[in-house]
This record gives sequence, C-alpha cells and structure tokens, in this order.
Amino acid sequence: MSTEAGSGLRDDELPGLLRGSLDHCVKCTICETACPVSNVTPLFPGPKYCGPQAERYRVADEPSVEWSVDYCSGCGICTQVCPQGVKIAEINAQARNKIKREHGVALRDRIITRPTVLGRLGTPVAPVANLSLRLRPARILAEKLLGVHREAPAPRFAGRRFSRWAKRHTSPRTGRKVVYFHGCGTEYYEPWEGEKVVALLEHNGFEVEVPKQDCCGLPLQSSGLFDDARRTVLRLARALAPFVRDDDTIIVGNATSCTLMLKREAREILGLADDPALKRVSERTWDICELLLDLHDRGELRTDFRPVNETIAYHAPCQQQGHFIGKPALDLLALIPGLEVREMTARCCGVAGTYGLKAEKYEIAMKAGDALFTQIRASGAPSVACDSETCRWQITHATGRPSVHPIDYLHRAYGL
Amino acid sequence: MVTLTTDVLVIGGGATGAGVAWDAALRGLEVVLVDRSDLAEGTSGRFHGLVHSGGRYAVKDPPAAEECVVENRVLRRIAADNIEDTGGFFVTTPWDDAGYADRFADACRATGIDCEEISPAQALREEPRLNPRVSRVFRVPDANIDVWKTVWSLARGARERGAHVMPYHAAVAVHRDGDEVTGARVRDMRTGEETDVRARVTVNAAGAWAGQIAELAGIEGVRILPGRGIMIAMNHRLVNTVINRCQMPTDGDILVPIRTVSVIGTTDEHTDDPDDHTVLQSEVDAMLDDGEKLVPGFRQARALRVWTGVRPLFEDAKAAETLTRDITRSHALLDHAQRDGVGGFLTITGGKLTTFRLMAEHTVDAACAQLGEPRACTTASEPLPGSETQRSYRLGERLERKEAHLREEQLICECEMVTRGALEEAIRRSRTANLDDIRRLLRLGMGPCQGGFCMYRAAGILHGLDGLGAEEANTALLEFLQERWKGIWPILYGDQLRQVRLDDWIFQGVLDVAHLSA
Repeated sequence: MSTEAGSGLRDDELPGLLRGSLDHCVKCTICETACPVSNVTPLFPGPKYCGPQAERYRVADEPSVEWSVDYCSGCGICTQVCPQGVKIAEINAQARNKIKREHGVALRDRIITRPTVLGRLGTPVAPVANLSLRLRPARILAEKLLGVHREAPAPRFAGRRFSRWAKRHTSPRTGRKVVYFHGCGTEYYEPWEGEKVVALLEHNGFEVEVPKQDCCGLPLQSSGLFDDARRTVLRLARALAPFVRDDDTIIVGNATSCTLMLKREAREILGLADDPALKRVSERTWDICELLLDLHDRGELRTDFRPVNETIAYHAPCQQQGHFIGKPALDLLALIPGLEVREMTARCCGVAGTYGLKAEKYEIAMKAGDALFTQIRASGAPSVACDSETCRWQITHATGRPSVHPIDYLHRAYGL
Repeated sequence: MVTLTTDVLVIGGGATGAGVAWDAALRGLEVVLVDRSDLAEGTSGRFHGLVHSGGRYAVKDPPAAEECVVENRVLRRIAADNIEDTGGFFVTTPWDDAGYADRFADACRATGIDCEEISPAQALREEPRLNPRVSRVFRVPDANIDVWKTVWSLARGARERGAHVMPYHAAVAVHRDGDEVTGARVRDMRTGEETDVRARVTVNAAGAWAGQIAELAGIEGVRILPGRGIMIAMNHRLVNTVINRCQMPTDGDILVPIRTVSVIGTTDEHTDDPDDHTVLQSEVDAMLDDGEKLVPGFRQARALRVWTGVRPLFEDAKAAETLTRDITRSHALLDHAQRDGVGGFLTITGGKLTTFRLMAEHTVDAACAQLGEPRACTTASEPLPGSETQRSYRLGERLERKEAHLREEQLICECEMVTRGALEEAIRRSRTANLDDIRRLLRLGMGPCQGGFCMYRAAGILHGLDGLGAEEANTALLEFLQERWKGIWPILYGDQLRQVRLDDWIFQGVLDVAHLSA
C-alpha cells in the first residue's frame, strides 16, 4: 500500500474516529427512512445496516465479505439526518474503499472519476466529442465496453477552458482579495459560470485571484479510489495553500460538492485531518452562496438588483446540505424582485456525482431522484436552480427543464 | 418417577461438565448430563472469552502456563469453528514495573510459550488505538473462544453418541448406598417433575457450586471460595488483538476482542455465595480506568453491559495428601474414594476455561479407573461437531452469510444479525420459550440496543411459532427485559444511557409492557 505524501496514512490505518462514531447509534432508523437509495432498491440494504451495524463485523486484516455497500451513492444524507452524530456515509465510504482495494477498480471507474483528464482530452475536439456523446451507437458501445449507461446525462464540452479566460482577465485592483476555486465542471463544461462568479465578486468589490488548479479528487473518493483521491486533493491543497496569506483569506467555490470535499470530506473520509496545507485551505473555503449571504448579513452585499420576472424551482443538492449552512441560495434569490422561487423538498436527484452514470446504477439513480423530478414537474417552474453541476445535468436529463446555478439569477439581476 | 440408568452422571453443564460428558461418550460410556439451569449459564458463560497462550501464568505459575500452551494448540485443532485466532500482545504500560518484561520473556521461553518481542511502533500499526506510551510489546498466541457455541458442540457431540443432556434439571439429592454414591435425583426446574438417575460413577462438575453438591452426597469440607469478577463488554472492537498488561496478574489487565465486542476484565473479590452477582460502582470505575490505560479514550467509548462471573477457587479443608496425584496446580480433581472413602464419586473444580478439556480428560480417566475399565481418551484429536473442517472462526462470517441472502432474509436482531430463519430454527430445535436461552444460542439481543428492537419481534415470533399463549410470550419478554436490565444499569452513562432511554420509550411508552398480562 502506498503512503501518501504528507499524510503518512495507509488506507487500512484510517483513524478510529469515524468507526468510533458508531457507538452513538441507537438504531433509531432515521437514516434508513431518509436514504434515497435503499428506499428504491433492495440491492442497497441501507445506511444503518452497512454503516454502524456492519462496521462491527469488519476487521482490518480480514478480507471484505460484502458488496452491497457499493450501492451506496455517497450522497451523505444519512450523516446529515442522524440525530446522534454517527458518521454513517463516511463509514460506508471506507468500507467501499476496502472492497475496491481488494477486488480492484473497474476501468470505467478509473476513467469517469478523472474529470481533468476527460476535460483535457475532450476540450480541443469538443464538437466531435460532444457529437459522439450524443450518438446512440457510440453510447451503446460505451455501455457495453465501459459500463457507462447509454442514457446517463453527459455534459457537453464547452470547447474552451475557464482558466484560459481567467488568465487574460484582469480583476480590478481593489486590494480586497478573494481566491476563486472553480473546479473541473466550470473549467471544461461551464466556463461561463466561472465568468459570472468573477463578475459577481468584482461587482461586490473583490479582487479575484484564480490560482492554477486541478480536480479535488471527490469523484475518485466516491468511487472508492482513496489513494488516488488523496494524491489529487493534496495536489489541489498545495496549489491553493500559498494563496492563503492570513486568517482573513477567503477561498470561494461554486462547485458545492468540491468545496465540501475541501472543507470536510477529504479530511474525514480520507483521513487527511492532519495535513497542514489541506487544513489551511479547508478552514478558509466558502461556498459562493454562503459567502454572498454572509456579506449580505453584514450589510456589504450590493442589492442593486433589477427585477427578474420568472418562476423557478430551487433544489439544494445533498452535497450542499453537507456544508451544514442551511440553504443560503434561497435567501439570496429572495433578494431579487419579481423572482418567484419554489423550494423543492425532495432531498436527492439520485446522480450523486458519477453514481448515476454507471450502467448498473443508472436506473437506481433515476428512481432515487423521482420524487424530486415529480416535484419539479408539478411546480410549474420552467427552469431550475441548483448548486451542483452533476445534479443540474441529472435534473435536466430527467425533467427536460434547463437548470443553472443560483448565481446565474444574481448575475442577471445585477445586469452584469 | 422415571428412572435412568447410566455409567456416568455428570452434575454441572458448564465447559468442564460438558467436556466430561463428551469425553466419556467418546470413550463409549453411557452418560447423563444435568444442570440446574441452561448449559454454560454459570461461570463458563460469564467469562471474557480468552483462550490463554499461557503468558498470564508464565511467571507466577509455570505449570499452569505449560498446560495452557498445550491446550491452546489442542483447542485450535478440535474447536476451530469456535475459536478466532486474534493473537495477543503483552504490553508494558507506564503503570507497569518495567523490569517485569524481561522476566516475562524468560518465563515464556522456559514454559514453551511462542513469544516474540515486537516494536511498539509495529504494535501501534496493528492496533492503532493501543496506548502509544507502551514501552515493550510481546506477541503471543492468545485467541478467543465462543464458550456457548463450544458447550453446545460438546453437548451435541455427546448426544450424538447417546448421552442424555438435561438442562434445567437440578440435583436435589445424591444417592448413597453405604460408602458408594449411586446417582442422584434430579428435578425439572420448569415442570417440577423428578427423575432418578442411577449411575456407576457420579461426577460433581458443579464448579463454584461443587461444595453444595458434595454436601448433598454427605461429604464435608469441599470448600470452594467463590471469587467474583466483573467484566464489561464494550460496543465494538476497540482492538482486534487480545491486549494483556505485562505485569503480575491483577485486576482489569486484559482486553479481549470477542465476536462483535471487546471485553475488559476482571476483578477478584471473595464472596460467600456463588450466586452473588453484585456489581459495585467502584469496580466499574476501576475497570474503566484500567481500560483507559490500555486504550486511551476508553471512557468515551460505549459500554454495553457488565456482568459477574464467579471463579471456583478450591481450598481443600482436608490435608494435601488427599488430593489425587495427577492434580495440577490449576485445577482440583477429588477422588472421594481416596479422600473420604466414598466410592463412585468424583469432584472436578478450579481450573480455567482454556484447560477444560484436560480437566475432563483427568476426570474421565479417574472415572474409568473406578469402573475398572481403562479406556483411552481421544478428545485431543477428535474435532467437535462443527469444527471438522478445522477452519477458524472469522468475525465477518455473519455479515458474509447475510450478504448472500440480503433480499430473502428478514433480520430480527439487527445488531447481531440474527435472521428470522435462524431464530425460528433455534426455537424449534431447542424447544425453549426462554428468550435468554435463545440469546446464548444466537447472540440475540446482545448488541448495542440490548434487545431494544429485537425482543418484541422475537416474542411475537415465539408466540406465533410455538402456539405459545400470549401470556407466556409476554412472560418471556418481561423476563428477558429484566435480565438485560441487570447488566445495563451499572454502566448507565454516555451512549448506552441514550439507548436505554429509547428502548424504554419503546417498551414502556409504546408497548406499555408494565401492564402486559403475564
């Protein structure tokens, strides 16, 4: 087993903290009633079963005897709803990692968990790549060869990279600096989202710095490739850390699952709590809506919003809920005159990053998201706001309705 | 009254008594085994589950250590399915005499214990929760044993060879015909029916209660000094290796990972009554402090349950020369023909679980001598039923079985993964309506919620399956809850307190068990 730079930890030596949290479980079953996956498939026996229950039967040096935990989507809702503080999703993630270590990782999982590689390959040939992602025979072939479901939502390569734009762009020197972590989705698929984030921040007096950056490792982690995930997130932490000059530095991101990875998941699930660079980055990272609402609470957010006369549905993704910051997007969108926002209460769209792309899990993911899709359709809203790109792609795929990040509406309302 | 005639009557269905029954049956003798309650319900079922490497006795009692070395190897062979090869560490903590470690290593060498010193860093890699301040670590071949499963296997093996195994049958009188013991009258504790057992040899394997049985036979001076020891089961495996303090044996110096829990033990308090199950708060506190020395954070970890076991420490009131010659320092076999001039009667007591097979061997040797029929002992090579493959037990087995039938099988006890099928089979096979007996068979209700979620389910299944009346099912439920409560209240703090509140809301608040008709 390789030892990761800086962490000094092996996968089989993950600290006892997560496992220890199983002591708090009182078997109340709240996690199982909230789990979007176990409620739609018997293949996943549920977070309580796979988490605090099965964990008591796991011995580090005994081989893994289970496969069902691989059907956990990693959405993290179980941990969020647990009233006792059991780190259920995190325990499950580690059990899944053990299976992957022992039984190997499918080629598919090695490919779709590397957005940087995919992005670099796809961007220069975007028209061809996008076309082939939409050609039925190509998708059938991909399903047969790789196990990527033929119907799964595939984003379109933008054909340009956000970082190229950022390099050419000069942020006005206001002295009030903010570090922008844009993530891979913005870099390769939705560079315009990044441009909007920069515009919003500048409109509010920030000087935006865009460090050279890479993937946060979350897709690797959620597919159980912990070693690769550690390498990847630590590389990102090393890239961002030099920009953290003091305790007032802010790193802000619009990819809510990626900022959660930096804030909490890498440290907890990958056992990287002690890495100094990651700790520094982790403590200074904010979600974009969290930051903007904080500014507003302090009276520092510009509110020169023009009316946007539309009705939208808002879905807070599971990963956004994992920040434990409430739903700041709702408060921000409420500042826009004329905008009517319908809050969706169903918890999960099902896709959970790359889970819903996998051939054997696609149907489960679609069923898991069905309550949300039904609510969206019934809401009468022609479009959807949602903080996570993979969730947006899933929602659009399932409902046919366009979906954007909530900041799009702020951007429009500012008239930028 | 029914009369049974047999070669050997064994009184006491713990590991020793069941071991005697198995040994005698293997030698082709007719056997009746009785116990006043369920098998392994006394001392055997109330210990921490450690199969000693011998390390604990290496310095203090080398002959006992040597016995452990041999029996440890034998048990791994004959009872593989009941034994998990965890291995063990002897660790020198800052609270231990640093000089003991060298004496320990020497004594291990002298007694043949397979002992290897490893670096504390290596030990911490294997057991990350171990106190990082340990200065020396020795690896020894400790293991754990599921004693209930072992005793069932012994009883099953004996039964398959014709033995009558009669739990819940208490000896109420021991028959004397002049200077001969000729059997006993036993009473079914559930129905009150009595049975007369005529035996050529009667073995008193009643452990801590052996003095009481000897008295029934009119034999005085078999003095057992019961030593009461508490043990606390922690909610999960804090360690996967047995951890022993490297010091002269004392209280709270062993932490044993067994099945899904880890057990810290034990104390040694003299008591006059072998049925004394007192647990003092001060003992619990001292035990948790000792746990903290082995595994920092022990006090924050969840304690599931505390219980008391009573060691049978034998002190013969008669002179030492009355002991049979093959007695070892660790257990006592009394041939009452030699000791008291009373034939047909043997008492086996003292000892430890690791050496139960050896104790049984010595006892049946003596019985054969009394019968004048020397027969060779084969228990050192004959695997117990269920252990024929010689594959040791692994903790993941239940999870693995459940994974194979994820969609078909309903879980009744979620914590210990007891399926409905397993529960129904156990009820049918054991023909018992006692949920506590089923608990020992299946570990039903032994996990974190201590029966909070499975007991009402199990009571319902019992009612449906057995044609058991509602009132009897209610009684079974209430008795079980009462039994569980005994082991919970002394450790009511932290996570277990929260669990108990939830369980209480379920049973008192939702089911109103206080007003069940039972």
